[in-house]
Amino acid sequence: MKLLVNFSKKAGQKPIIAQVVKDTGVLINVERAIIDSSEGEALIDIPDESCKIIKEKLASLGATVRVLEHGIILDETECVDCGACVSVCPHEVFYFDDQWAIRVREGRCVLCGRCMDACPHHALYHKDEF
Amino acid sequence: MKKSIDLINERVRDGNARVVTADAMPGIVAELGEDEALREVDVVTTGTFGAMCSSGAFFNFGHAEPPIRMERIWLNDVEAYGGLAAVDTYIGATQQSTTREDQYGGAHVIEDFIAGKSVELRAMSRGTDCYPRRTITTDLLLEHLNQAIMCNPRNAYQRYNAAINTTDRVLHTYMGMLLPNSGNITFSGAGVLNPLSNDPKLRMIGSGVPIFIGGAQGMVVGEGTQNSPAGGFGTLMVTGNMKEMSPDFVRAATMQGYGVTLYLGVGIPIPVIDLDVVRSTAVRDEDIAVDLLDYGIPSRNRPVIRKVNYAELRSGAVEINGEEIRTSSLSSYRKAKGVAELLKSWVEQGKMALVLPTRPISPETRVKPMHESVLGPRVLDIMDKRVVSVGETEEIRAAAQKLLKGETNHLPVINSNGLLVGIVTTYDISKAVANPGKATLVRDIMKKKVVTTTQDEPVDIAVQKLERHNISAMPVVDQDMHVVAMLTAINLGKLIGGRWLK
Ligand code: SF4
Ligand code: SF4
Repeated sequence: MKLLVNFSKKAGQKPIIAQVVKDTGVLINVERAIIDSSEGEALIDIPDESCKIIKEKLASLGATVRVLEHGIILDETECVDCGACVSVCPHEVFYFDDQWAIRVREGRCVLCGRCMDACPHHALYHKDEF
Repeated sequence: MKKSIDLINERVRDGNARVVTADAMPGIVAELGEDEALREVDVVTTGTFGAMCSSGAFFNFGHAEPPIRMERIWLNDVEAYGGLAAVDTYIGATQQSTTREDQYGGAHVIEDFIAGKSVELRAMSRGTDCYPRRTITTDLLLEHLNQAIMCNPRNAYQRYNAAINTTDRVLHTYMGMLLPNSGNITFSGAGVLNPLSNDPKLRMIGSGVPIFIGGAQGMVVGEGTQNSPAGGFGTLMVTGNMKEMSPDFVRAATMQGYGVTLYLGVGIPIPVIDLDVVRSTAVRDEDIAVDLLDYGIPSRNRPVIRKVNYAELRSGAVEINGEEIRTSSLSSYRKAKGVAELLKSWVEQGKMALVLPTRPISPETRVKPMHESVLGPRVLDIMDKRVVSVGETEEIRAAAQKLLKGETNHLPVINSNGLLVGIVTTYDISKAVANPGKATLVRDIMKKKVVTTTQDEPVDIAVQKLERHNISAMPVVDQDMHVVAMLTAINLGKLIGGRWLK
């Protein structure tokens, strides 16, 4: 499952995600991270069964954690099956079926938001505020 | 062999015309041969569904009591043309709302009317003896209007050049989002299904020909604006009754960073009267080539990266220099096919008779660029020729003195050959002076990546560079990177009223 982690970066502090990996032994897949000098946000993918322990560990290190239930969602009434979203997505979430209708592989989505900007019909949205 | 249009219409009336969509035609001709295909197929239906920016509609609202001659008109805060008499107007699809910017525009007004939603009309007038009323505000449904006639000056482009971006930043264009460093390719057009691609010589498509437009039956008015069939870029002016249209085929859209546009479905039935029609409708995606243009170059003459055809574009990726680059269509092939299918069913059910053009469109026309009697301002016209520069091996202190003396905040840095190698600003110098460290020479603190302009660059392009890089000055260089002048925000003030500055 995917977790969105927000943390502030204090001087001298160890990299928070590396610390969690070290302490829990759970492998974390970092799908997206924006980190500047004072704060950071990362989208991580972890095995479902490790969710509790990872959340607790991150929280103890001062991060706020939210579970992302959904990837990008397609509003079929607005979508015209153009395909403007296809090539801008870094994770190949969108593809055409054999009827030239657009399909979404939601699980691959890392909620980078790029496709939402590219869709001319406001047909893409997400449920989790991020 | 030839088939008369009357024979085809007789078969349509009797319900036994053979109608096929244009994507099926190449296969039929390959299988049966041209002669047999001519005997067999009576009508080929085409379709396209994509952004058709040059679209709009005429409305007549009926007279109010007391009556008004509307001079300024807004529909849901989108301004419509006030230069027609009394209660007529024209709304253009790309006109943006005065309150919601690019999130709502003329296209949305058109879609809302068609979807049965209420639209607010506001209008003003000076008031005259015959039309005393000065203002009006009223909520309208499509059914309240006397006429709502869509009339689009430039629709159904025969093909569209594809787009790529070789710069290092994201571009937002009417060709959609273009990722940096040739990260993707965008294209538009229905290819094999496109009406004009199936009749490039304009033998069957011309004034008066019945069409599918936005789900209604309409017709071709004549050639479209910017029509250029001689170069393979024909366009059509088309019209249809908005009251008969469906939101399935009329969709407002916003191209992020570009603006509002209208996605529209247009289709044309082509009667198969002779072998030339058979051949032209046997066109395949592979046969329709376009240029792949670099939208990173902000000029009318964008460099062509290579030729691509619709089969390649639609395959999902195009190879460039050994790399597969993913493609995105901006128009909808699925919807285009839907248009062609619906049109096919109309003809099969005898709902639409075939008509030959009442006035032909010349296939020889070629578009011309704008005649510019006065060239727009160039950097040359406003740049500051007094250049104060500093050598890269000079001491920081020397640079500081130059900045103090001159009226500038920017010092271009040159090497021993007099060529530009960097730039330092007042800020860089103050920083170096405030934190004296190892750096003693100008080259230790200069910025090496310098944004530059040239003398003949249009001022608008230079201003875009300043804005994009958030800087207030640039060196003007010649071919060899000699600094010939500086362009600063102050120079731009020379332009009348500072019109070039946001
Ligand atoms: S949000 Fe990003 S990763 Fe998710 S579908 Fe859109 S472009 Fe792809
Ligand atoms: S860009 Fe938007 S409208 Fe086009 S296929 Fe993707 S989701 Fe649908």
